[in-house]
Amino acid sequence: MDIFIQQVINGLVLGSMYALIALGYTMVYGIINLINFAHGEVMMVGALTSWSIIGLMQESMPGTPGFVVLIIALLIACVVAATLNFVIEKVAYRPLRNSPKLAPLITAIGMSILLQTLAMIIWKPNYKSYPTLLPNTPFNVGGAVITPTQVMILGVTAASLALLMWLVNYTKLGRAMRATAENPRVAGLMGVKPDTVISATFVIGAVLAAIAGVMYASNYGTAQHAMGFLPGLKAFTAAVFGGIGNLAGAVLGAILLGLIESIGAGYIGELTGGLLGSHYSDIFAFIVLIVVLTLRPSGLLGERVADRA
Amino acid sequence: MKQQQKFVLLVISAFVLLVLPLLLQGFGNAWVRIADMALLYVLLALGLNIVVGYAGLLDLGYVAFFAIGAYLYGLLNSPHLTDSFPAIAAMYPQGLHTPIWLVLPLAAGAAGVFGILLGAPTLRLRGDYLAIVTLGFGEIIRVFLNNLDNPVNITNGPKGINQIASLQFFGLDLGKKLVVGGFEFASVSLYYYLFLTLVVFSVLLSHRLQLSRVGRAWMAIREDEIAAKAMGINTRNLKLTAFGMGATFGGVSGALFASFQGFISPESFSLMESVMIVAMVVLGGVGHLPGVILGAVLLSALPEVLRYVAGPLQGMTGGRLDASILRQLLIALAMVSVMLVRPRGLWPTPEHGKSLPPAAKV
Repeated sequence: MDIFIQQVINGLVLGSMYALIALGYTMVYGIINLINFAHGEVMMVGALTSWSIIGLMQESMPGTPGFVVLIIALLIACVVAATLNFVIEKVAYRPLRNSPKLAPLITAIGMSILLQTLAMIIWKPNYKSYPTLLPNTPFNVGGAVITPTQVMILGVTAASLALLMWLVNYTKLGRAMRATAENPRVAGLMGVKPDTVISATFVIGAVLAAIAGVMYASNYGTAQHAMGFLPGLKAFTAAVFGGIGNLAGAVLGAILLGLIESIGAGYIGELTGGLLGSHYSDIFAFIVLIVVLTLRPSGLLGERVADRA
Repeated sequence: MKQQQKFVLLVISAFVLLVLPLLLQGFGNAWVRIADMALLYVLLALGLNIVVGYAGLLDLGYVAFFAIGAYLYGLLNSPHLTDSFPAIAAMYPQGLHTPIWLVLPLAAGAAGVFGILLGAPTLRLRGDYLAIVTLGFGEIIRVFLNNLDNPVNITNGPKGINQIASLQFFGLDLGKKLVVGGFEFASVSLYYYLFLTLVVFSVLLSHRLQLSRVGRAWMAIREDEIAAKAMGINTRNLKLTAFGMGATFGGVSGALFASFQGFISPESFSLMESVMIVAMVVLGGVGHLPGVILGAVLLSALPEVLRYVAGPLQGMTGGRLDASILRQLLIALAMVSVMLVRPRGLWPTPEHGKSLPPAAKV
């Protein structure tokens, strides 16, 4: 039983990180119908930036308490990621707003590879160990353990989600975003500037992704140029799972996916009599995706959409 | 006159294509290998073009079919199966050598079946979802190839399969050089001619398909699925046909790739390869055969050529910018910049109505 609780905790932590990334995907898709393949890379850049900042700070002012270092690194990572995503949208997606549908998708994939390669050149391709800045004495929860880092991840995710919900539902910008997602042209007629709204969406998505990147790196203790790809893909899966374009759906899908993955990885060995091991955990996400899309193409909370986007 | 010019051009290009490996041979077999790989990529791009270009279905897991073909050939023509299964070794005491006339159709068939199996549940999806599902499928295949080495060793895991026999037909072994009247054809050149034949055949096939009833139906689906349905086109079956047919190309190319390389491992079938093939099709010009071929040749051969000039750069940047990184960087830059400058590809299909005099347009 305590193994089960442990897997649930791990699943929740994993799911909340997916949720942060998935929100960026779902917001962008909701507004301009584009799978922003480079989103996972924005998360990676956030993580690596924070890694550099932490290294610098530990060298120049060694006495600073760990959480202060982490907060400063997180803030700088958010700013860098936001700037990056803002530029990406402006350079690679905006000029293609009215082109054939494949074109922006290809630039998105190109951007993803470009960012990975640049990160490889800037930060070198080796795995970097990401320092643990919080105390690492774990808490006991019903036989399972949870580290302070994991508690922080859950807390930060909850806070970010609350802030995002407030932003989308109760501010002028949020209303403009929802209006643009509904119909950009009509929103434009009502005095909303679609371009500004789209830029804002990319910036918000990037901030969430950077937070996720820092959390991901702290949780696993490593950072590398290719770290963003798989979480990005899974987060997109989560967004589709929950119903793309739907914020609550993305969070729900991400948490469920995290749980499925960690519980599945914990038990697959037993279930199949050792035939399939936990290294198959990566395919759960895709199997979930294929099953969901086959049975309920619009996702858990999504509205029914027409056949063609 | 125009007809005559076309004919002359055709003869010249045929001649150049035929002589090319013999010229390259003089500079070393590595150059012919580049040409071989370029032809293989052309074959793959032509196959994907059926799916993406004609039917308009974005497939990001195309490399999975390539992998299926390659592993099928690899398993049936290497000592791996006989080494790990005594029962099979007992059945084939001479070692497992399956003739190409059996393997190629098998590879084509297996890939096609997988294509249809994947397509059947997913083709109801909207374009972007299909992209993600196919991407997931590609990853699933790769995870399985990587992990099917225990408890039963089928794929030999990340180590891959080696000692794959080269292609043989009519007593001719493509793995050995052939001497005709004092002139030496290197093994890579022989493969070149085989690939070239297949490419020409595929181009003809694609061209005929494009003009056929099926091809026109595919393009109707691509342009507007609902309208196509209303015109009485069975969209589901036709999409499945496109998927299966595209996969077949992938399977055959995979088998050829395995025999050509002599070694395969899951690393050759990463997502990056799928992306590359899609990029070839889209950069060249979706659905336009000359464009697709151009895209495939450019993206596969140019970075390889660059590999030879990247040496000095590596020294200048302290080893940070080696050939493979430079290659990736260039591909990424090409994907972004070509799309920004020419969203319809480098050599797109002439648009309908473009032949009208300019005055006819508003």
